[in-house]
Amino acid sequence: MSEEQKPVRIRADRDVCIGAGMCVMTADQIFDQDDDGVVVLLEPEPPAQYADLVRRAVRACPSGALSLVED
Amino acid sequence: MSESMTLPLHMRRAEFDPAAELAAVRDEEGVRKVRTVFGVDGWLITRFADVRAVLGDAERFSNAHQMVFRIPGMPQRTDEEIAELRAGNLLAFDPPEHTRLRRMLTPEFTVRRMRRLEPRIHDIVTEHLDAMERTGPPADLVTDFALPIPSLVICELLGVPYDDRADFQRRSGRMLDLSLPPQERAAASLESRVYMGELVARAKADPGDDLLGMLVREHGEDLTPAELAGIGSLLLLAGHETTSNMLSLGTLALLRNPEQLELLRKEPERIDAAVEELLRWLSIVHSGMTKVTTTDVEVAGQRIPAGEIVICALPAANRDPALAADPDRLDIGRDSLGHVAFGHGVHHCLGAPLARMEMRVAFPALLQRFPGLREAGPEPAFRSFNVVYGLSSFKVAW
Repeated sequence: MSEEQKPVRIRADRDVCIGAGMCVMTADQIFDQDDDGVVVLLEPEPPAQYADLVRRAVRACPSGALSLVED
Repeated sequence: MSESMTLPLHMRRAEFDPAAELAAVRDEEGVRKVRTVFGVDGWLITRFADVRAVLGDAERFSNAHQMVFRIPGMPQRTDEEIAELRAGNLLAFDPPEHTRLRRMLTPEFTVRRMRRLEPRIHDIVTEHLDAMERTGPPADLVTDFALPIPSLVICELLGVPYDDRADFQRRSGRMLDLSLPPQERAAASLESRVYMGELVARAKADPGDDLLGMLVREHGEDLTPAELAGIGSLLLLAGHETTSNMLSLGTLALLRNPEQLELLRKEPERIDAAVEELLRWLSIVHSGMTKVTTTDVEVAGQRIPAGEIVICALPAANRDPALAADPDRLDIGRDSLGHVAFGHGVHHCLGAPLARMEMRVAFPALLQRFPGLREAGPEPAFRSFNVVYGLSSFKVAW
């Protein structure tokens, strides 16, 4: 399997999250907020086609709560 | 306003653009020592990557300093008085104190909550457009549209009587007007806290469904009356002054860039991208809070000792070619992801989702209602000596 086809692994640190909601606005198929506004991963390992969208969400996150897990 | 006052470098603009001398700092050394409004020197950070790094590092760049209380000419205050004046002001704290307050407020600003507010925002926008249409042109877009819409929205959300708007708008104006003596700005800030304290007392007696009511019900034991007043005071100020200036200045920006306006009219689904691009291009908040270094740091190759003031020039950073190609062009077709118009890091604007929702409703409704919208003259008045850049008046016709 080539690099490109691997699923994306996301790490979301709920203690660091400030509930800005940028991830939800960027990719609501993958991210949600709980009632307190804190990030919830709907898809912790989304398929490879979501890689760009996830990278956008990571970049948009102001608190640094999101990261991609590299093997 | 004293004619001899010099506008600090980070606030200098030429209409929509950061001043050439500010852009030059970014393109040359990146960081420059400047004289701050506090009367002492500070360091101006201008590049996109550096601004993101500084704003993202609350440990080494602290908000919890009290520079504003040390401005020459400010009344001497005891530590207790200062604590009372800072209470509840999220911008004046670092984690974990900041986190404690912010966590109480984030549930009120989730994307889902904002979607629930959308129909009410539509109604408010429609009412104001109806009123403009009834009265007929010319209108002042600031007083008839841009200011009242976010004011009414934040009043309803917080639980502030809209009938009090003349008073609180005047106070907000004085708090943010940097041409006024610091004592006068501090007095306005104190008046705002006193006013909000009365609303908090009312909410304690009879908590409503609004944000103040929620805070009293759910956190009434944890928050002091001064904290409640401070939170309310900050949200009221931030809730109407910022979006208001985005609406007026953003409309002018579109009218002055007719090809962009045309594109948005033809393809209204571009509104979200257009809002982001207007946020980036206009960057109406010059700098947000100043920070103080907690240790020796290095930014853009410049060593900055501990205990020094650091100012992030948001318009300079948002016009950095490292963020966007051909950055001085307004282009609603571009991807401005990551811009710092709302700041970055733990103090990233709490109300950003609300501001975005207000703009994505208000701009299209205005353009649709008045297809012939145009400047009516005299020239719109850009306001400079202010924490938030924008327009103080903007006459339009249609």
